[in-house]
Amino acid sequence: MSREGAGRHGRGGRDDDGSRERSMVPKATFRSYYGRPVLKPPVWEWKVPAYLFTGGLSAGSALLAAGADLTRRPELARAGRIGGFGALLVSTYLLVADLGRPERFHHMLRVAKPSSPMSMGTWILVAYGPGSALAAAAELLPAGVRASLPGRLLRMAARPAGLSAALLAPGLASYTAVLLSQTAVPAWHDARRELPFVFTGSAAASGAGLGMLLAPVAEAGPARRLGVVGAAAELVASRLVDRRPGLVTEAYTTGRPHRLRQASEYLTLGGALTALTLARRSRAAAAAGGLALLAGSVLQRFGTFEAGVVSTKDPAYVVKPQRERLAARAEGGG
Amino acid sequence: MTQDNSFYGPLSDPAGNAGHTDHPPRVGFFTDTSVCIGCKACEVACKEWNAIPEDGIDLLGMSFDNTGMLGASSWRHVAFVEQQRPLGRQDAGLADLPVGPSSTQETAEVVADALEVAKRGGGDLGTAPVDLGFPSFDLPGAGTGAEARTEFRWLMSSDVCKHCTHAGCLDVCPTGALFRTEFGTVVVQPDICNGCGYCVSGCPYGVIDRRPDDGRAWKCTMCYDRLRDGMEPACAKACPTDSIQYGPLDELRERADRRLAQLHEAGVTEAQLYGRDPDDGVGGDGAFFLLLDDPEVYGFPPDPVVPTRDLMSMWKHAGVAASALLAASAAVFLGGARR
Repeated sequence: MSREGAGRHGRGGRDDDGSRERSMVPKATFRSYYGRPVLKPPVWEWKVPAYLFTGGLSAGSALLAAGADLTRRPELARAGRIGGFGALLVSTYLLVADLGRPERFHHMLRVAKPSSPMSMGTWILVAYGPGSALAAAAELLPAGVRASLPGRLLRMAARPAGLSAALLAPGLASYTAVLLSQTAVPAWHDARRELPFVFTGSAAASGAGLGMLLAPVAEAGPARRLGVVGAAAELVASRLVDRRPGLVTEAYTTGRPHRLRQASEYLTLGGALTALTLARRSRAAAAAGGLALLAGSVLQRFGTFEAGVVSTKDPAYVVKPQRERLAARAEGGG
Repeated sequence: MTQDNSFYGPLSDPAGNAGHTDHPPRVGFFTDTSVCIGCKACEVACKEWNAIPEDGIDLLGMSFDNTGMLGASSWRHVAFVEQQRPLGRQDAGLADLPVGPSSTQETAEVVADALEVAKRGGGDLGTAPVDLGFPSFDLPGAGTGAEARTEFRWLMSSDVCKHCTHAGCLDVCPTGALFRTEFGTVVVQPDICNGCGYCVSGCPYGVIDRRPDDGRAWKCTMCYDRLRDGMEPACAKACPTDSIQYGPLDELRERADRRLAQLHEAGVTEAQLYGRDPDDGVGGDGAFFLLLDDPEVYGFPPDPVVPTRDLMSMWKHAGVAASALLAASAAVFLGGARR
């Protein structure tokens, strides 16, 4: 990256300052303060991208479970309800553990703040949680309790509870895209129009993947179809991110984020093709396809997350697009 | 961009917009880097007054700047930029090539003078002490006129939280730990912050950060405690050249405009104000700067925009995606009644 010492004359000749960074960005004549980053890299570690996956998985599963319940597919409903609530429990753990002061997690509940996607997400989770928990509890009732009065009441409540979770699930699946986009992180903010579709597609594909993995082939028809639709949405939106004009796109198309997202693409495509073909007949193939969809979703989240981190560490991603914007404005303004 | 827009655009009264009634005028910093001497008294005064813990004694090996950048435990940061800058002479076009002197002309002259009086013409250099002519009682460069100036120049600048009119950190904080004070500044409440880290990524300047051993986010408070007692912030108090000026923001902006005009008149055409304009991407900074080169040279983003500007558009896209997900989930069940 360009050091200040290279001065104004920079034709790129002295851009190499011997730093260990891979040259993911074309040699450029931008200037910076000793090549140091302008932005702070996110303090979030693996737990946040992991939550992006588990939150999406919970949402996708809840949607599938509600549909399965209404169309009398008991095994698919059971898989979705239990899987969805399990993913929600893991999500809650990840969210609390990622805080710098986990014992203060309840401070999130002090305010409801429309300008903060994290505050909105907290309240979506608070509203989503009880429905998901009730529906899962009804599935997990021991045989002895099922016939008792509390057991019967719980089983009656399971359908409305599952429906309430399903109604909130699309919010849970999509708010995380706004969470990432409403930051100064160039790769996340620039992809703000595409990310919601990447994330909801990924959530549908992962929920469907779990359904294909756990439910018998005869009941898993909707899971296979949702898997195909979700995978298609994820693949198309993700390709649109890769095709965005401008330097920042290179955070997605080079290096480790690129490798993660490319692996995600292969797995998601493979899972979707399996869902269309072999998974209709073979339980083993359905399980394999389901696992591929789940793995594709995980890698998509980590790839997107890491692209953002990369884009904060290199000042080029901040300075160059902003310089170009200023130049364009100066030109436009006369 | 209307006046009552809380997320983007010019906003004359951020404190009033945040709900303060009957509040004092908005205050800020004007940092005039043209008179900064790089003494770092501001960094020290800030650490002392705010009892900020030590954050590692690092030698960064790039300049006299060993702080590096603002962070959880560095609320003032003095940047040191060393530049070769042609002074109206023709550029020989060799600037990027690996040729040229190993030192500046001035250093070479001093050494040459010393070599003349050295015993064996410098042949014994490195084996005995060489008198380079100082210490002296004169000011450095006092004996020479403008003709002896070289192409080398220092740029020094004391960076600080910008206390934006539209603060990205404040907008995204999910606990309300970050708040807008009656002075129009932005402050973290340490007893509320739960260390979620969202503000760190919300700041377009890379100012606020999480302290690793403490888990909470920290940044400049503009000495909120001192302001409430009618005192100026510690850094401005300590600055020996008045490079850091504190006061009501309106006054500071006027003063900065006058200083800019003065410098331009004196031929310093590269002087520019950074963060002064209420029409910029963050609605103008509460702490703004007079710079002698482009902002990115000092480590500032050239055209920062508060991420909240696109809030409505982002939620609309998410809403469309969420509706599509709901519709698709229903459709996959309608399509296959046969199972």
